[in-house]
Amino acid sequence: MEILEARLYAGQDTLDLEVNAACGADLMSDVMAFVKEKVVLLTGLVNPQAIRTADLMDIKVIVFVRGKSPTEDLVAMAEENGMVLLGTKYSMFLACGRLYEAGLRGGGVREID
Amino acid sequence: MKLRFEVSGEDFSLAGRASTELKRALGRLGIDPGAVRRAAVAMYEAEINMVIHAGGGVAEAEILPDRVVLVLADRGPGIPNLELAMREGWSTAADRFRELGFGAGMGLPNMKRNADELRVESSPGSGTTVTMTILLGKGAP
Ligand SMILES: Nc1ncnc2c1ncn2[C@@H]1O[C@H](COP(=O)(O)OP(=O)(O)O)[C@@H](O)[C@H]1O
Ligand SMILES: [Mg+2]
Repeated sequence: MEILEARLYAGQDTLDLEVNAACGADLMSDVMAFVKEKVVLLTGLVNPQAIRTADLMDIKVIVFVRGKSPTEDLVAMAEENGMVLLGTKYSMFLACGRLYEAGLRGGGVREID
Repeated sequence: MKLRFEVSGEDFSLAGRASTELKRALGRLGIDPGAVRRAAVAMYEAEINMVIHAGGGVAEAEILPDRVVLVLADRGPGIPNLELAMREGWSTAADRFRELGFGAGMGLPNMKRNADELRVESSPGSGTTVTMTILLGKGAP
């Protein structure tokens, strides 16, 4: 969270959750095509489908990039699903870069054939 | 057990809700999480397609001891060239849906990857019916 200077929107209680990989995507089908293990999803997409996609893929942490903040509805949806919602002012590129620098690697995704 | 969902073609904010409900229902039945996820993802892609390409339709899930059968039927324009539609990255989705996170041309390939069997029946003018089977293996409910 410090790495991304992130704001917390939902999931106070689940915050000590551990993740070992990250995936950045604005296209939800890509998330569904490539994610395998539990990851953090970084996305510029702020709508119910971002939450639903994460939910279907058992992703518990979503970071909204570029300073976008979720609406109350989305926060409520996330709370219901026991998810953590974060927001960062960094762009997708910088947010991913900072996580990478901090030791988080790709992983958790299937090989592209 | 059979579930039926009306999928609205008007309100995009609802798109994906049926699949989320299916996931919950399968989870409650104690079905193996891997199979639950495959069924939910396969249905989600088909549900989104019904919304963005066909103006909505009806999704049905039949839950049997050894498999889940998903049938999504719409009365949209149909798919003129199925072989092309199955290709990764091929899409006719409008830009506004791309901004909403869909239209990467990965939907049908994702369905194929997640379902054990995928059948698409479509003819221009009479809509599209997608039938998918997800096998539950030995961990049947
Ligand atoms: N239910 C449907 N009705 C009409 N056309 C469809 C339907 N489903 C898929 N298609 C066509 O097949 C193409 C590929 O579908 P898909 O792989 O899901 O990619 P995407 O939805 O991202 O475009 C779509 O762009 C569309 O032209
Ligand atoms: Mg699609």
